[in-house]
Amino acid sequence: MSSLDRSDVARLAALARIDMTDADLDRLSGQLAVIVDAVAKVAEVAGEDVPATSHPIPMSNIHREDVVRPSLAQDDALAAAPDAEDGRFRVPQILGEEA
Amino acid sequence: MSVTDWTRATAAQMADALAAGEVTSVELVQAHLDRIAAVDGPVHAFLHIDAEGALETARAVDADRAAGVSLPRLAGVPIGIKDVLVTKGLPTTAGSRILEGWIPPYDATVTRRVREARMPILGKTNMDEFAMGSSTEHSGYGPTRNPWDLDRIPGGSGGGSAAALAAFEAPLTIGSDTGGSIRQPASVTATVGVKPTYGGVSRFGAIALASSLDQLGPCGRTVLDTALLHEVMGGHDEMDATSLDEPVPAVVEAALEGARMDLTGVKVGVVRELSGADGGYQAGVTQRFEESLAKLRDMGAEVVEVSCPSFEYALAAYYVILPSEASSNLAKFDSVRFGLRVEKTTVEKTMLATRAEGFGDEVKRRIILGTYALSAGYYDAYYGSAQKVRTLVQRDFDAAFERCDVLVSPTTPTTPFKIGERIDDPLAMYLNDIATIPANLAGIPGMSLPSGLAPEDGLPVGFQILAPAHEDARLYRIGAALEASLAAEWGGPLSAQAPELEVAE
Repeated sequence: MSSLDRSDVARLAALARIDMTDADLDRLSGQLAVIVDAVAKVAEVAGEDVPATSHPIPMSNIHREDVVRPSLAQDDALAAAPDAEDGRFRVPQILGEEA
Repeated sequence: MSVTDWTRATAAQMADALAAGEVTSVELVQAHLDRIAAVDGPVHAFLHIDAEGALETARAVDADRAAGVSLPRLAGVPIGIKDVLVTKGLPTTAGSRILEGWIPPYDATVTRRVREARMPILGKTNMDEFAMGSSTEHSGYGPTRNPWDLDRIPGGSGGGSAAALAAFEAPLTIGSDTGGSIRQPASVTATVGVKPTYGGVSRFGAIALASSLDQLGPCGRTVLDTALLHEVMGGHDEMDATSLDEPVPAVVEAALEGARMDLTGVKVGVVRELSGADGGYQAGVTQRFEESLAKLRDMGAEVVEVSCPSFEYALAAYYVILPSEASSNLAKFDSVRFGLRVEKTTVEKTMLATRAEGFGDEVKRRIILGTYALSAGYYDAYYGSAQKVRTLVQRDFDAAFERCDVLVSPTTPTTPFKIGERIDDPLAMYLNDIATIPANLAGIPGMSLPSGLAPEDGLPVGFQILAPAHEDARLYRIGAALEASLAAEWGGPLSAQAPELEVAE
């Protein structure tokens, strides 16, 4: 596995929807490369024969009756929204002008 | 009991005094609010204080008690809640600027249980942003300071909950532990903290960090107090799909049994890989650990060494799994439904700008690390391998628990370090959690309790106890026995030795 470089970090930040300035990239990419190198040792120990564990305690899906139960009122759900209109979340335009 | 300063009492003593009519809940709450006003400026354990809400609960409890209404054991005993839990009507930020000013429209299950237990909520305690950190320096609202030495970290992520106890600002607090965020702060502040078995406490309404690792738990200054709060918090909840459908372990009974200081027949395993056997642990940490082992032997326990070789890979696996799950959990902070919005021309640009401004550096590092580990072409090498390491860690624990009832180690390799010392070196920061992380990977319960002060710096050292899944009660029995044995030597609890804090006028 290869280490992370500055352009990788820029690409990942875009995927994760976090704007990064040049200064951010300078600061974080060096630190991230060190961390990635350190955690890469996970691939050293476990062979093909070892099963993966996704959850610490074995659990199966739980179900309940398909009946309506009380939940958040619409006003409560919208109370902390940065913007709302007509009982809905309001966002800036989805597509840019170039689209 | 006759007490001049109620903030120094244990929660159990407060509960007994309330029941006996020797003090009122209003008096207890006011004493703690006064203490917070006097010392929390420099300590900064609290992000938000709800004086009026706490007093209102206290007045209602006092009125019901006067009217002869039957009340829960801790009714009227004040508590602080880590800001990771949502509290209806009270600001909740998880230590992040992206949630600044957010007032949740609902209560977490644990918040509801605290309210049903009629415990006045003093406020919300400080934490590393989204619980990512081991020092509380990554809080978006400034660090918490360790009451034992204000230049030092109180641990993290639950530094606020631990410092509030050590500074006598609250007798009980709630924490969350993803890789040690309850136990490591307890260790460096000479308090007690427990991470229950995964699923033992409902996480409904806990702002998620890494869902396969997170667990809420109780924090106190004594093992019995911690047990009393554990029983309030624990139990099945159908609102959390990972909640265990089984009774809360009898932890209070176990703590009372342990206090009788008889450990005849108990087998205690010292985990070689977690005990600094290969060096790297501070001398005073090792010394206090060895002394505590001697106490356990004096009480009849048999102490053996066990080896868990795969633990060498636990830290690396943890720092793959946690960022991966966090990068997914934190996608919900998208500027649409709640929290910060930095308005730009399109929703995508708004999202990019909001998350850039709202998240701190450590959160950004971990989101990017997780995005990388989950991305096409790298998934098998990182996340897939880390999940296999998890299996190996569980097998090591299973083998060790075949031979022993509990496993023990120092909670942290060192006493608290200075604020700022490791802030620019993430990897050095991560190493704080080397001894606490394996329990989260395996889902087993763990406790940290004080084992003394390191001779070289006079700062707290923590003793960690681990038990098999569902056997939380064992932590309390062994912990209460060790606590009683050490208190007999010290002439009282270690917390009483904390230096006096300067009191604001």
